[in-house]
Amino acid sequence: MSRYFTDEHEWIDVEGEIATVGITDYAQEQLGDIVFVELPAEGTTFEKGDDAAVVESVKAASDVYAPISGEVVETNGALEDEPALVNSDAEEDGWFFKLRVTDASELEGLMNDAAYKKFVASL
Amino acid sequence: MTMLKEGRPTAPQAVTETASIPATATGNRALMLEEALIFEIGSTDTTGVDLADAPKVESRLGNLARADSIGLPGLSEQETVRHYTRLSRQNYAIDLGLFPLGSCTMKHNPRLNEKVARMPGFADLHPLSPQSTVQGALAVIHELAEWLVKLTGMHSVAMSPKAGAHGELCGLLAIRAALEARGDARSVILVPESAHGTNPATAAFCGYKVEDIPATPDGRVDRAALKARLGPDVAAVMITNPNTCGLFERDMKTISEAVHAAGAFVYCDGANFNAIVGRVRPGDLGVDAMHINLHKTFSTPHGGGGPGSGPVVLSQALTPFAPLPFVERQGDKFVLIEEETADEHHAASFGRMVAFHGQMGMFTRALTYILSHGADGLRQVASDAVLNANYILRSLDDVLDAPFGSSGPCMHEALFSDKGLAEGFTTLDIAKGLIDEGFHPMTMYFPLVVHGAMLVEPTETESKAALDQFILALRSLAGRAKAGDEALKGAPYFAPRRRLDETLAARKPVLTWTEPTQAEAAE
Repeated sequence: MSRYFTDEHEWIDVEGEIATVGITDYAQEQLGDIVFVELPAEGTTFEKGDDAAVVESVKAASDVYAPISGEVVETNGALEDEPALVNSDAEEDGWFFKLRVTDASELEGLMNDAAYKKFVASL
Repeated sequence: MTMLKEGRPTAPQAVTETASIPATATGNRALMLEEALIFEIGSTDTTGVDLADAPKVESRLGNLARADSIGLPGLSEQETVRHYTRLSRQNYAIDLGLFPLGSCTMKHNPRLNEKVARMPGFADLHPLSPQSTVQGALAVIHELAEWLVKLTGMHSVAMSPKAGAHGELCGLLAIRAALEARGDARSVILVPESAHGTNPATAAFCGYKVEDIPATPDGRVDRAALKARLGPDVAAVMITNPNTCGLFERDMKTISEAVHAAGAFVYCDGANFNAIVGRVRPGDLGVDAMHINLHKTFSTPHGGGGPGSGPVVLSQALTPFAPLPFVERQGDKFVLIEEETADEHHAASFGRMVAFHGQMGMFTRALTYILSHGADGLRQVASDAVLNANYILRSLDDVLDAPFGSSGPCMHEALFSDKGLAEGFTTLDIAKGLIDEGFHPMTMYFPLVVHGAMLVEPTETESKAALDQFILALRSLAGRAKAGDEALKGAPYFAPRRRLDETLAARKPVLTWTEPTQAEAAE
């Protein structure tokens, strides 16, 4: 399994043809207390860069983008009752949705852990 | 001579412990009165009206008869009056002090407006009255429409939209109708980061895909990025001018030309028209549609004080698609046109926005404001709005970070960031501190392009003395936040309620009142 990051602060784990997407720990810290997460419906298809989910904190509502193209096969229902999971465990239990990857070559432009750490440090 | 030796003291006695304020038995603090919810006071045995007892009849409802109480609060007239009067004293209002909310700001509502709006000839009309009996009201709508068209340099105006966002919807519906009429359905609306937050919401509500256009470091639309994105799928660009960074979009005309060359339309959010009224005509800048917030630029009440009103001025290209109805002058009488006509106006109307004609009560107030100022007075409105905002900006930019302070003078809004505050201190602490200082907080955390934004709009109706008071308060709070005064994190101390847990309120909102017995049973 390999983890990639976008410059919009999403992380994406790819295992075979299934990719798990969430927002990074840096993003949850910037957003503050998350109060609501709107997840996509299963079966929705996204192009890379489409608005895929909405995360609302006490400060603002923000879009979460699909880091790569694919079809939503599963969403993290736990976030609906407990959006605080995104704050407490953004990069594991606070995942948003799983995609069936359409085009794995889209992963090439994304960052790895080290590159993302460097990117965040530059902000 | 007799001497009164016993009695009340006439001079205050020294109190050694001034720091601790004793609690009161009632929870009241002198003129600050605690008030329970209306459901928690009174009883169903109490009532403000005297009704005869219902005759005793045998119920035929059977098992449909109500078993529980209906749950309405019962209060006497005096209890009702006191309840709402007490609540109103816990509220902040434009008649109490400065209301510096950028963009949604309230400014003074002149009492002359109120007097005119309450004249029985206007106030007591029914919207279905025969037109021959309401010629005066139709004349008011027509005259206000003429003023709005003249002040904006546009071709026509749709008077019916009921607020700013409703006006945005009207403009986009007209744009869509115009595009469909030429068989050119387009799917994307571009919204710069310096636009109002309602713009992307309106575009999405209309079924368009919204794409952001970045702002330049000096707080304006990135012209190159905008031009690069224009194409055959772009229906319109929504630009707020003056924008929500408080700056005038100087390149508006070249932007409009590029947008038109790409076959798209320019929507301008005119919420901030008070900063340019009498000085700039949006029609000259190539705008196709723009709403005007009568409740802002033309001083009608807003924010709980009254309904909004958002007439939309339209270019020649969009005029045939404007919503019905509209008022037309025919010889010496005024006619309310409610069906499509063959004339240029409304030849291909997209339909209706409202059941009747719009906010009549706001039309009378706005026209009163316009006529009492005159064209030269309106010009001064814009000058004073800009002068006041720049006075705030320059009186505070040594203690608060002004991210666009070097972009030149601001328009009607002064924008600050949280840069430079002590570790752990935020814009929220300053906003809560302002409550203790007796002011409504400014807009915070918007626009999103600025970290910890504080957006202050003083408006033209505040005096220098009032501005100086506000500046004094904000300077003191900025100083405390920079010095790391921990006490500020506990503000507000003097409001009816202390700082609320916004996270808990958003995560677990309690939206209805339930009787305590039921609530306990549910737990």
